Amino acid sequence: MNNCKKRKIIDKIMCFASFFCAFLTSTILIIIFGYVISKGAASVNIDFFIHMPMPVGEPGGGMGNAITGSLILIGLSCLWSVPVGILGGIFLSEFGNNKLGAMVRFAADVLNGIPSIVIGIFAYTMFVLPMKSFSAISGAFALGIIMIPTIMRTSEEMLRMVPNNLREASLALGISQFRTITSVVLKTALPGIVTGVLLAIARIAGETAPLLFTAFGNRFWHQGLNQPIAALPLQIFVYAISPFDDWHRQAWAGAFVLIVMVFLISLISRLALRRKI
Amino acid sequence: MKRLLSALVIAAVVFSISLAANTGLAEKILLINGAGATFPYPLYSKWFYEYAKVDPSVNFNYQSIGSGGGIRQITAQTVDFGASDGALTDAQLKAAPRELLHIPMTAGAVVVTYNIPGVSESLRFAPEVVAGIFLGSIKRWDDPRIAEYNTGINLPGQNIIVAHRSDGSGTTNIFTDYLCSISSNWNSKVGKGTSVNWPVGLGAKGNEGVAGLVKQTPGAVGYVELAYAVKNNLPYGDIQNKSGNFITPSIESTTTAVNGKVNSMPEDFRVSLVNPDGEDAYPIAGFTWILVYKDQVDSVKGKKVVEFLRWAVTDGQKYSADLLYSPLPKSMVRKIEDKINQISY
Amino acid sequence: MKTRFVDSGFKKAVTLLALSVAVLTCLLVYNMAANAVPAMQKFGPAFLFTSTWDPVKEIFGALPFIYGTIVSSALALLIAVPVSLGIAVYLAELAPLYIRQPLNFLIELLAAIPSVVYGLWGIFVLAPFLRDIAQPFLSNYLGFLPVFKGEFYGVGMLTAGIILSIMIIPTISSISREVFLTVPFTQREAASALGATRWETIRLAVLGYAKPGVMGAVILGLGRALGETMAVTMVIGNRPEISASLFAPSYTMASVIANEFIEATSNLYLSALIEVGLILFFVTLLINIAARALIWKVLSKAKIANI
Repeated sequence: MNNCKKRKIIDKIMCFASFFCAFLTSTILIIIFGYVISKGAASVNIDFFIHMPMPVGEPGGGMGNAITGSLILIGLSCLWSVPVGILGGIFLSEFGNNKLGAMVRFAADVLNGIPSIVIGIFAYTMFVLPMKSFSAISGAFALGIIMIPTIMRTSEEMLRMVPNNLREASLALGISQFRTITSVVLKTALPGIVTGVLLAIARIAGETAPLLFTAFGNRFWHQGLNQPIAALPLQIFVYAISPFDDWHRQAWAGAFVLIVMVFLISLISRLALRRKI
Repeated sequence: MKRLLSALVIAAVVFSISLAANTGLAEKILLINGAGATFPYPLYSKWFYEYAKVDPSVNFNYQSIGSGGGIRQITAQTVDFGASDGALTDAQLKAAPRELLHIPMTAGAVVVTYNIPGVSESLRFAPEVVAGIFLGSIKRWDDPRIAEYNTGINLPGQNIIVAHRSDGSGTTNIFTDYLCSISSNWNSKVGKGTSVNWPVGLGAKGNEGVAGLVKQTPGAVGYVELAYAVKNNLPYGDIQNKSGNFITPSIESTTTAVNGKVNSMPEDFRVSLVNPDGEDAYPIAGFTWILVYKDQVDSVKGKKVVEFLRWAVTDGQKYSADLLYSPLPKSMVRKIEDKINQISY
Repeated sequence: MKTRFVDSGFKKAVTLLALSVAVLTCLLVYNMAANAVPAMQKFGPAFLFTSTWDPVKEIFGALPFIYGTIVSSALALLIAVPVSLGIAVYLAELAPLYIRQPLNFLIELLAAIPSVVYGLWGIFVLAPFLRDIAQPFLSNYLGFLPVFKGEFYGVGMLTAGIILSIMIIPTISSISREVFLTVPFTQREAASALGATRWETIRLAVLGYAKPGVMGAVILGLGRALGETMAVTMVIGNRPEISASLFAPSYTMASVIANEFIEATSNLYLSALIEVGLILFFVTLLINIAARALIWKVLSKAKIANI
């Protein structure tokens, strides 16, 4: 065959293959999303949000406690991981161009790569055993550890993108370094940093593994941060592997709510990024 | 910038509202946490639901994670009570920081349930057949050893897919205890315990998981508590007992097994019900216990736990039959109440 | 005066907080290692090569889990790498501009789906599909191959591999796409000028230039697959056995911890599980370090070149 023709044919095939990969992946996404919507959306009603689970085998009930439980866990994790993450990011961008900074960056990278189940083990030995109780606190500790590297890295990147002449101008005006960083640099980078936080939240909203032996799950509304607490992904897991059809239906509904939650957060963070600086 | 601030404010508000809503709704109810066996979970969850009407000041949060989990967590004292259908061994009792009591709550039957296309009747299983299936030596449903006792039922040539527990389970304990007593092959090869090295099969989490797996997989066979099979419309087999009769698992046949042991009940209630002598006794039955410390550390919680236990072994027993658990014999209840009275808080 | 005090105080506070992250990491490793010591002492290095996992006799060996983790991740890579590269090439080079943003968004949505939802979909959609349609087909036509021999159940190594591949496609494709975008235009123009077709341009100018970055993306995807817990636990069959067939059930390091940690009845059992966690930690650590090194090299080279 003419070499030119052969090359043209290969070109067409490979370009089509490339398009096909993108097409295939989009199709899979639509299939997954489609199943969640078709099986879950119908079961999402007011009852689902207000009620707690019913006894085993009895139909009805909802996942209200799991949804609020997840929100509480997220809020609690943010409470400690966001300050640590942002201030750590400040350190890395403003004072971190040295061996110490390299070490901290490395540690954050290590934390980022740790499988979440291993973090769950850590939280179990650090909090659950000494406290002699499963608790929302231990769950929030585990989730916070997962969030910190993302927040630190995004904060550092966003802070570094603030042009240096802004810092210099501020210092030249006699403003202290502290105020320069907080009122000038941080403020400028804030939209990007918030994006980072939102992305971290989207990631932990769906985390189940570390909660298996920290938050533990609760059939009731939460009654204290040092008590076990229900969480949406955890409840979905328990219901999914059960044999009860009604629980399966509720698992799909829970998955629908979870996906909507995660997608909304991702969407907001993307919109926020568009307005950065 | 303003948009971001408002977003943050909204987030904070949502968080606080949910925190407040939760605490408000809960009205300072005492939360007592327990964990363990999946075997009695349908009954326990009914009990906790009904008991909340008897005493609205306390909520019992029970997580069905398997008997192994119940034993581990009560030993580590991360829960207020544990639940297990595998009695603790002497070594495990010694590992606990203080004296642990076994309070029997109910008895149930472990059934051999299956999903064979075209077969909705109860199959009859001889003990060696059960052992053979779970050892992997009987591989197909139309094996002559199964067909021998099931003439008249059309068994397909489907491969047998064994489902067992992947977690530490009292149900496994009861089932392997039975297999050890009727098969020396099983005894030497596998042994008994809450977690064993299964020769064949897929692992699933909890009674729930095994029932779910059997339900979804044509050709599957598994062992679950009777309530799980019935609630999921799964057929289960009649097992041949020591006297040679094929017994259908039911409240009656379980109670017969229990009654056979009432007079020789050990003081700590750790007794096995498998392979009993009775003519009509179901051979794979077992007690399930709640594990509590004799000395309760928290007097408020301890009092509530004791009150619940007393209710469960008396009033609570009326819910057992509907859920296919065997109510405790009256003579045993008296002994159990004496035991409960020994708990100090 | 006060300014200097505030400044140095602030710097110290921030430094301390950042260091605490490093301390936290060290604490985690130390904690795990300390708890794994009983098992390490009892079994020694043989732990990595023993394939028995017997809680009754208290003989523990991590080989089935190591095997399961490696094979499921390798299978995931086998499927995900070509598909991800295809997507990345399409998005970076071939797609009309109006498609790029939405398609990009769509792929990132895949990354946002939580693991437990993948598992849910896997149990109720993928596993029945495999059991009723795909696996019988494979068994009939390709059953002579050792990888497709034997019983099929719907759940098993194949299902886990497929789900993992879907989960890591967004990771590999988005990083690869970014790497492709850093290839200077001059490279592409040079290839075109020499008469290369579109595909040849991509193959010669882009893929060749971006190879280390793409490798980094792949390794990062591998790292994610190794640590994935929930979706895998729900579809892999939970059987600590080594089998050549992809239809067979299996068990990964993350899954065994998820299933058995909370109920390990003896201290040795718990310690063995933590040792498995330690092995998993080190494997993912090495993989991630390798990935970062490769990606950094390419992206920083590009930043220098483009500025």
